[in-house]
Amino acid sequence: MKASPIKSAVLACMLGLGSLGVYAQSQPLKIGFIGTLSGPAGALGQDQYDGLMLGIEHLGGRLGNQTVQVIKEDDQLKPDLGVEIAKKLIERDRVNIITGVTFSNVMMAIHKPITDAGVFLIGSNAGPTPITGKGCSPMYFSTSWNNDSLHESMGVYAREQGYKRVYLMAPNYQAGKDALSGFKGQYKGKPLDEVYTTVNQPDYSAEIAQLQAAKPDAVYVFYPGGMGVNFVKQYQQAGLLGKVPLLSASTVDGTTLPALKDIAVGVITGSPYSPDLDNPQNKKFVEDFRKKYNRVPSLYAAQSYDAAMLLNSALLKTSGKIDREPLRAALKQADFRSVAGPFRFNNNQFPIRNFYRVDVGRDGSGQAAFVTRTTVLKDHPDPHASQCPMK
Amino acid sequence: MTLSLFLIQLLNGLQLGVLLFMLSAGLTLVFGIMNFVNLAHGCMYMMGAYFAATALAASGSFIVAAVVAVLGGGLLGIVIERLMAQHLYMRDHLDQVLATFGLILFFNELARWIWGASPVFMSVPPALSGTVSILGVTYPMYRFFIILVGLLCAVGCWLLISRTRVGMLIRAGSVNPTMVSALGVNIGLLNALIFSLGGALAGVAGLMSGPILSVQPGMGEPVLILVMIVIVIGGIGSIQGAFYAALMVGLIDTAGRAFLPMLLREFIDRSIAQAAGPAIASMLTCIFMATVLALRPRGLFPVKNG
Repeated sequence: MKASPIKSAVLACMLGLGSLGVYAQSQPLKIGFIGTLSGPAGALGQDQYDGLMLGIEHLGGRLGNQTVQVIKEDDQLKPDLGVEIAKKLIERDRVNIITGVTFSNVMMAIHKPITDAGVFLIGSNAGPTPITGKGCSPMYFSTSWNNDSLHESMGVYAREQGYKRVYLMAPNYQAGKDALSGFKGQYKGKPLDEVYTTVNQPDYSAEIAQLQAAKPDAVYVFYPGGMGVNFVKQYQQAGLLGKVPLLSASTVDGTTLPALKDIAVGVITGSPYSPDLDNPQNKKFVEDFRKKYNRVPSLYAAQSYDAAMLLNSALLKTSGKIDREPLRAALKQADFRSVAGPFRFNNNQFPIRNFYRVDVGRDGSGQAAFVTRTTVLKDHPDPHASQCPMK
Repeated sequence: MTLSLFLIQLLNGLQLGVLLFMLSAGLTLVFGIMNFVNLAHGCMYMMGAYFAATALAASGSFIVAAVVAVLGGGLLGIVIERLMAQHLYMRDHLDQVLATFGLILFFNELARWIWGASPVFMSVPPALSGTVSILGVTYPMYRFFIILVGLLCAVGCWLLISRTRVGMLIRAGSVNPTMVSALGVNIGLLNALIFSLGGALAGVAGLMSGPILSVQPGMGEPVLILVMIVIVIGGIGSIQGAFYAALMVGLIDTAGRAFLPMLLREFIDRSIAQAAGPAIASMLTCIFMATVLALRPRGLFPVKNG
């Protein structure tokens, strides 16, 4: 027992040194990832996560020369769970940066809690209008788009093609209504009909028969995830694909094309990204994504890869420090090369970017693939930026 | 509304109806005879679709896919019955619901683990990929095929139930299971058989749905709700009731989606009709069920108990 004070002193020293040693190895930079990873839409969040991780891998596991630890959380497409996760990431894991977020309803729930806590939120998919316009935040940056913008390119396209009778279809929820209003805002004309279907409806035979009887010039749909697979399959089986042009957004993408293959050839999409975009960073991204995950990256993956590149560029400028104003200024410069082409931030910290007409065609080996046709909207700002009070 | 459109919607309703029948036949027997609420029935449908898609991708033959889906579904039915369901027959419905809900989570995760979160590929067999023109409107040939297969399944079920010894035991079991077992019938074997029959029919439904729907984790749940409505309307335990109720529900659901928004537009503002149409259409089948329950609490074709 005599030796015990010395023993414990030595022990304390060892412990102290030990923990100091761990500290000297440098604390990794912790980043929170929130995405919808389970349920019918789980593939979207998975693509976001894989894109982000590939970006970090390309940067040698570091962002701004700092080792990164990504804490992955699944919001299960439940806004309340999203808020819980965000709180946990901020209070327990003490992250200063959160990225991802797949769906608008989750984004609406967590946007305020995160940005109010002084944590940077880099959204890489959902872009609901309220946070684009009046509710914009200095702590929020988007590498994706405003929900309306995603649908404007096909509206412009339909107008330019002179389609007089356009038939619109979308699921009966907020993003579905945003989609059709975004389309109509640019299309200008009066659509032949607008049909809203139940969310996650598997069969569209009744609606497709009505559509066929209305004899439209073109059809515009927004059916993300499995709904898109259902709709495109049934549209094609009704003998309409190739006869009545099918314009769409987020309906056929990297996550659903493997389930459709040749069935989808002929679908026209409006998209901010295509795997065949001709720039060196995209070539590298697509090639390595295919190699690593054995599938073609979607826009969700591309936007998340961009988020990694954006964070890296800003953290390099601040020498890895996460101080609010300097990091924000560095992020605003968007000093990185986006896989989707030109990219800079607007006053609301949403990108000014291109939107392309991307068709489902065939690649060199005859496989169904995305083929970029034209740039429908060049350096396009979203329509709500002027309502954002930030300069 | 033209005649051709009406015909096409009639076919669509019929097609949905026979698909619902294939799913509800097994479920209604399990519910009626074992008094067992099986929420995991949709999983057998999903697994059937996955089995078919995998077999089709590997062999390129729709017939091989059909055999695999039917055998796989049937086998899965036996496995679920032996490993889990048989231990729960005597428990109350809440326990059964909890246990089979757990199975839903298990199978959805299993599917995600094996096949991934993204939908898998499955297409219509080339011989059936064309369309048929009905009075100027085209209709997919494959959907005719679904109707044909569904009706064949219905005839098969009818023959099995009304013309065979096994069918007689099933009928007896649905009326008075205790008496059947008291008479020396191996009720355990009968139960497993019914479960596997339900699984095999769900497998057929999965196989037939694969080419028109997205084969992905969780695909069994939306349809399960309609199937539950069907068995309640038809009368629990009644195959005949399941058949008629499935057709009714299929037709009502299709008619609601096709014509209700149009009809509503005649009376109320267009934008309100657009939003309310699909909401009311999806309620129609439930309203129908409520009406039936109010007038005939045991369903339209109840099984007559002793």
